[in-house]
Amino acid sequence: MHAHFTDAELAVLAAAADVVLPPDPDLGAPGGAALGVADYVDQLLGAFTFDPPRIWAGGPFSGRKGGEASFEQWFPLRPVDELAWRTRIEGSLGRPEREFAGPVVGWQERYRDGLAALGADFAEQDADERARRLDAVPDFAALLHEHACEAAYGDPVYGGNRGGRGWTFIGFPGDAQPRGYTDDEVSGRSTEGAR
Amino acid sequence: MSDVDADVVIVGSGPGGATFAEVVTAAGWSCIVLEKGRNHLLELSAPYDLKGDFANDELRFMRRHFLGPDPLLEPRSYRRADHLADDGDRLFVGDVNNMPTTVGGAGVHADGKLPRFRAIDFHLRSELGPVEGAAVDDWPITYDDVEPYYAEVERSIGVAGEADPAKGGNPFAEWRSGPYPMPPGADMFGTTLSVPAAERLGLHPYRAPTGANSVPYDGRPACNNCGFCGYYGCPIHAKGDPVAMLQRALQTGRCEIRPECVVTEVLTDGTGRRATGVRYLDTTQAIGSADAPVREVRARFVVLACGAFETPRLLLRSGVGNSSGLVGRYLMFHVQTLTVGSFPFSMRGHTGRAVTHLHDDHIIGDEAQQAAARAAGLPWLRGGIVEHGSAAGPVMEASTYPRGPGHNPSMVASELRDKLWVFTMQGEDLPQVTNAVDLDPSVRDVWGLAAGRVTYAPHRHEVAASDHVAPILEQVLRDAGATWAFSTTSPPIGALGPLELANPLGVAPASKHWMGTCRMGTDPAASVVGPEQRFHDVENLLCADSSVFVTSTGYGPTLTLAALAARAAHLLTGTPRPPTAPA
Repeated sequence: MHAHFTDAELAVLAAAADVVLPPDPDLGAPGGAALGVADYVDQLLGAFTFDPPRIWAGGPFSGRKGGEASFEQWFPLRPVDELAWRTRIEGSLGRPEREFAGPVVGWQERYRDGLAALGADFAEQDADERARRLDAVPDFAALLHEHACEAAYGDPVYGGNRGGRGWTFIGFPGDAQPRGYTDDEVSGRSTEGAR
Repeated sequence: MSDVDADVVIVGSGPGGATFAEVVTAAGWSCIVLEKGRNHLLELSAPYDLKGDFANDELRFMRRHFLGPDPLLEPRSYRRADHLADDGDRLFVGDVNNMPTTVGGAGVHADGKLPRFRAIDFHLRSELGPVEGAAVDDWPITYDDVEPYYAEVERSIGVAGEADPAKGGNPFAEWRSGPYPMPPGADMFGTTLSVPAAERLGLHPYRAPTGANSVPYDGRPACNNCGFCGYYGCPIHAKGDPVAMLQRALQTGRCEIRPECVVTEVLTDGTGRRATGVRYLDTTQAIGSADAPVREVRARFVVLACGAFETPRLLLRSGVGNSSGLVGRYLMFHVQTLTVGSFPFSMRGHTGRAVTHLHDDHIIGDEAQQAAARAAGLPWLRGGIVEHGSAAGPVMEASTYPRGPGHNPSMVASELRDKLWVFTMQGEDLPQVTNAVDLDPSVRDVWGLAAGRVTYAPHRHEVAASDHVAPILEQVLRDAGATWAFSTTSPPIGALGPLELANPLGVAPASKHWMGTCRMGTDPAASVVGPEQRFHDVENLLCADSSVFVTSTGYGPTLTLAALAARAAHLLTGTPRPPTAPA
């Protein structure tokens, strides 16, 4: 079950994610598709199909470094925050309460148009053709770049960074609470828990 | 008392408002604190437990506006004071140096460097003389006036620091009436390289006074070095955000905090000389001005602590306190010089506090700096504190590298995160009447209120200071072992090319330090508030944030604005602290 996209759209999105963040076996880079960029964007654009909406993950601890896991207890949004995030995701759609500072084109529309521009046959193209097609829609490519980086290197609770592999790839230990680091780990006298 | 809801209504719950609330409630007064943002800090009913809502989550804090304000709901506009013909009514609309809108204010996201000013900072005009094109004036108060309150707020916030230069304290620091409440926390790994290198070049780095507990303090735990500090709320409440002050105010039973209350207007009586309270939108249940209930709080005293952006915005839309025409003017940020260097190994910036050493040498100056001033046609030059530190999340790093095959190698090399070390100079920003916050003529926020607009350009003093200091900082970084080093500024100086427009720090200043929009003075024609932070025009209206600053100095403003808020509250309630003397 997807929150927003169709299977076909997700396939194009995953292929485009590999253009933005290519897999690189020599470096051990999983690439955008394997890191779950498409799932991340799906969860973001479909955030309001969940209750509470999947905008702000909970706290204080993921459970990966001790403590009780709470990231999946998403924060409820107050009305004004729901207005902001629905406007950002769905667009202002001509509704006066969303257009107090002018019309906003939402991410759902930008992805729909962007994926259509890449073409339903995008995933079957070779690397050069994929890069060419993405370069032809620079605004969409920039949006996808932002979201791909969030997906690859943000917390897995948001749908990307599958299995923490984005962090593993770059040697980033991720969230640290409640364990934190010892003073010796901070000063470099010990590297025990830092990697 | 029956005709008022409280002795004091405070607008804003950041370090200024929280300090004010603590002091007046301790003196037996009642207060209501109105906060525009949500509450993620502490429970508002006894025993006022800490909420634990914060987390090591880069997306929530750095990308999704969790601490607010959401620029879509509360847009700000910006234009350059030296390019008005190009920029027109505005250059852009969006995030202009936004600081948190949440219970605790910017104290929540600060990484808590809390230095004091020096005595000279209150008297630059007398000590150093005027500068053409800037309103470098003396403050109407002295360091000695403020010292008792510096000591008080260092205790109430919980500042970890070292006073003794022989043990890593600041040799240029002003006198103190007592020790720091806590010793400093763990030094960052990078300072083991940058500090000796700075010393080899004759600089004097010292262990930064920091509002993060180094030991359990005041019922809250010691910082455990998680590394998610600046721009994040602390998951374990070890930071000196205003939680302690708010908690103590609540515990008196005389304080009420009302989050999600958007103050629209300061109310005055028929004469305009007395404030009667404030009007606000209660947005807890409804969205916009059409639906949200309009409520009022009536109080004997009204205290504005909304920060140097929102305080003048509120006054200007209320038409209050501005007979001088100076509300919103003399806006100051710090002009930041960011000198970055990359090392051949990990600098471990993801562990520990974000900054653990500072140096003040470019505030103090030397022969070479004086020569640079003369060469620039200026009587003097003052830079700012230089922060030794590093911290950047991988999402922020990733989004700075172009997409495609080069992205992975850049992330592995991580020259802009893991191997990075950063000197940030908070350069003194001279007050200019043309730098201002006013109301945008057409942009509105979600509540239908005129957006605040910033009109700003650095004085040539700031540019000359940055030009002088940047090569020194680059030399220190190379001597410390950096393979490359370069410098940039925030805001960008000069024409806006593609590089400037692509800078993640943006086109507007990114310092998160706002000062000077209701400047303090004794002359009602040349200042907005008096030495006790009461408005010249409205006798029972006070300001308790960094709007009152006369000059910006080269130090972070938080400790000083909190000390001034404490002083104003003590003077208001007739409980002044006795004068202090060097310990």
